[in-house]
Amino acid sequence: MQHTDIVCPFCGCLCDDIEITIKDGHIEEAKNACTISRSKFLNHHKNRIEAPLVKGKKETLENSVKRAVEILSRARRPLIYGLSSTECKAIAKAVEIAEYTGGVLDNTSSVCHGPTILALQQVGESKSTLGEVKNRADLVIFWGSNPSEAHLRHIVRYSVTPKGLYVPEGKKGRKIVVVDVRETRTARMADKFIKIDHNSDFELLLTLRAIVRGENITAEKVAGVPMSDIVELVDMMKAANFGALFFGLGLTQSDGRHMNIDAAIGLVSELNRKTKFILTPMRGHYNVAGANTVTTWQTGYPYAVDFSLGYPRYNPGEFTAIDLLSSGEADAALIIASDPGATFPKDAAEHLAKIPIITLDQKTTPTTMLSEVVIPVATAGVEAEGTAYRMDGVPLKLSKLIDPSDGVISDREVLDMILSRLREVKQ
Amino acid sequence: MTQLLIIKGGIVYDPLNKIEGEKKDILVADGKIVEDVNERNAKVIDATGKTVMPGGVDLHSHIAGSKINIGRLLRPEDHRKDAVLRGKKTRGGVGYSCPSTFVTGYRYAQMGYTSVMEAAMPPIGARHVHEELIDTPIIDKAAFTLFGNNYFTLKYVKEGDIEKLKAFIAWLLRATRGYAVKIVNAGGVENWKWGRNVHGLDGTVEDYDITPRQIITSLAQANEELGLPHTIHLHCNNLGMPGNYNITQQTMDIVKDIKPKKSRTATIHVVHCQFNALAGDNWMNVKSGAPYIAKYVNEHNHVTLDLGQVIFTDTTTMTGDGPWQFALWNMTGNKWVNSDVENEAGAGVVPYTFKKNNSANSVQWSIGLELALSVKDPWKIYMTTDHPNGGPFIYYPQVMAWLMSRQARTDTMRELNKACLKRTHLADLYREYSFNDIAISTRAGTAKALGLTDKGHLGVGADADIAVYDIDSISWRPSHYDKLIKAFGKAAYTIKNGEIVVKDGEVVATVMGATHWVDAKVSSEVDAELRKDLERDFKEYYTVSLRNYSVEDEYLPIQKIHKAGGDQ
Repeated sequence: MQHTDIVCPFCGCLCDDIEITIKDGHIEEAKNACTISRSKFLNHHKNRIEAPLVKGKKETLENSVKRAVEILSRARRPLIYGLSSTECKAIAKAVEIAEYTGGVLDNTSSVCHGPTILALQQVGESKSTLGEVKNRADLVIFWGSNPSEAHLRHIVRYSVTPKGLYVPEGKKGRKIVVVDVRETRTARMADKFIKIDHNSDFELLLTLRAIVRGENITAEKVAGVPMSDIVELVDMMKAANFGALFFGLGLTQSDGRHMNIDAAIGLVSELNRKTKFILTPMRGHYNVAGANTVTTWQTGYPYAVDFSLGYPRYNPGEFTAIDLLSSGEADAALIIASDPGATFPKDAAEHLAKIPIITLDQKTTPTTMLSEVVIPVATAGVEAEGTAYRMDGVPLKLSKLIDPSDGVISDREVLDMILSRLREVKQ
Repeated sequence: MTQLLIIKGGIVYDPLNKIEGEKKDILVADGKIVEDVNERNAKVIDATGKTVMPGGVDLHSHIAGSKINIGRLLRPEDHRKDAVLRGKKTRGGVGYSCPSTFVTGYRYAQMGYTSVMEAAMPPIGARHVHEELIDTPIIDKAAFTLFGNNYFTLKYVKEGDIEKLKAFIAWLLRATRGYAVKIVNAGGVENWKWGRNVHGLDGTVEDYDITPRQIITSLAQANEELGLPHTIHLHCNNLGMPGNYNITQQTMDIVKDIKPKKSRTATIHVVHCQFNALAGDNWMNVKSGAPYIAKYVNEHNHVTLDLGQVIFTDTTTMTGDGPWQFALWNMTGNKWVNSDVENEAGAGVVPYTFKKNNSANSVQWSIGLELALSVKDPWKIYMTTDHPNGGPFIYYPQVMAWLMSRQARTDTMRELNKACLKRTHLADLYREYSFNDIAISTRAGTAKALGLTDKGHLGVGADADIAVYDIDSISWRPSHYDKLIKAFGKAAYTIKNGEIVVKDGEVVATVMGATHWVDAKVSSEVDAELRKDLERDFKEYYTVSLRNYSVEDEYLPIQKIHKAGGDQ
């Protein structure tokens, strides 16, 4: 069976032109997909967790949910974390569980683009959907981001090569600039590559902004970049009819963090007084934008939300997963579609290992190995449907292409079971 | 649900059925108003000494979708002053100018409102709007699809092809599950995609070589020929620019010869008119242009307006008018979000505080009320704050007080700069809205303008969406305006689809309201031609495929479809 226009549930690009061939209940081919996407589609059935586990032993779904409910109802400060690689209804259920248990809700943006959100809350941002870039951008800057290796089809679908309404010649109609600390694969296809010193993005961004404003800068070099290169970049930015700046973790997770983004937003806003300019964070997980979006409309806040007082409170640095774990506050964790056991710093991971964890995932990970309860779930976008938000905020519907194995249900359904059992326990 | 209800002994205001404050029982069965119920099985609500009205219908508010969610994301400081506890039956959240979805539904219901229109839906973000509407409890809702700067609209206007424009409107309303044709700064948002605006009705929309005049008249004509339930819903050009009353008046005038849909006289609804009724040359000498607008509206029957009333508070402005929000950022230096949407629309969000000691803000405050009091026919002008642009909707009771009590106005005017007040005519206006006028301005008139025939009245067959307010309209005097604010802020009862959802101002049940949308019919030949264009241009200029564009039914778990066009 052939499916066209399928949305890929891998990265924040949410490419929606994948052609899937299914034979005998298995995905045989994923046309148009990038290598990562293809691998996800074709290998989704491999190394799956076969059955729910409680303390490493196979259990029924019913009993494992029962154990999960025991853990959550006894916990005084449960952490509900992950969510960026599942669909929006599951995210909404997780918010409800966090509220019901008086727990703390966080998603993976606290370890990726959290600083981007903090900067936005300070100064705003000028952004657009990716189609505006495709149709109009004659200057595209990648700053601390490397789509050639992380967002593979961003370049061909949105930002560099596609022919757009006012850029009919495609790549020839655009100038591509890469700013990075090393010559990445993306840098090698750029018209201009600016290599900057480690941890000096903030200085360079402020300098660019100052020059855009007409200030006279006397330094010979900033961030290891000769002034002639900086001035040339400013001239390119001012001469563009529509400029777009895409930034990644190179900017959010290096020294300065949210202040780097604040400076980037300031530069782009300033450029709007001369021409048209936008910026967009390169979101990693396919629905991390959705995790922020859903949590925001339900609670007012995008991540790091505490419900212990009966109303939502927001404080990144206190209610963010790493901080809550390394301070030893969390006494249980419900992890959905994420692997903090592998990715969190030592202090946080050590505490995680001490507390009872319930994990919903498809495959064995360091986190599932630490977990008291593991519930295997259907893969959203392959075995379960739902909504996901692209890195630019465009919502797309994920498809259910094949049935999950017998007895395996979706994140949304498992969370719904947990929530209704929690309510029964209370009564 | 077969609950039978009798709302007994209240003073009823049901202007659409010409009931202007009569003691009358209202009977409810199966979610509808009925003629007769078996009294023995019915629950009786004693409304003696209380005021009974149809549930409120807000025809212009920003409650769901990317724009308000940007506001929520942008403003943790706004949330912190208004945290909302979860209750036995209600979810927690945040309130004030950018309330979370659950709180939005509760708070509207607490004020006796049962239907709210989301005023601007960017088509490609339609799923987002509907996902938020699912999470907005109790109230019925609908969303207005943005058309005024859409690639296909501009293309068909340029080609002068009204038939294809009609087919496109029908298709896009269906694809986005939208209810009405919304236009924001026609052509200006398109120019903003290059960082520029459009100037005047005959300014040039650059890449198309057409004018705002052509866009507005074409959409209005198509709207009426399709017979959509609501007229075009228009945010005029030059919003927020002193002297703009002139363009507003001209804009109303250019659609006066368009033949309205059968059963109505209006061909245009001008939104949040206060922001577009400014006289003077700049923000230093801004004056009220309300008399010009009111004169025009009093002399013509093809226009309806809503206020966009200013509240003196810290709020969050958000419009689809990118260049205006950019200008506001430059004026205020507050944080600024711009959000352009491919081929379709744009948006901007800027926090703003309306201050009593700011002369321009005082003038703006006066203009809204002046418009409401100078337009003679209450069926032509409706109460809104353009939530949250002029102020959060939770201040509606305050606006009602200003409209119904000259003393309430005077008490506020005393706190304003007298010199500023001379730039308006508010102090010379003695009119006070009656309860009947308020019922028109907040439910009957809005439901009528929207073409929501089952809403805004209490006649037999109407939806049993009812508000009971703890205020005795017979003995009430305008000097008691504080009582009015209290009563309209916390309804004694709100009934939604025949179910009691609010009692004594508290939410007691959270039902799910319906989402309304319009399914308009056009000839299959033109539709087929349109599809060819869509197939081709989506491939070339969009980043989502045509097949992934239309909103699926599952995003509207309870939907109410309004048919239009064809033989309608």
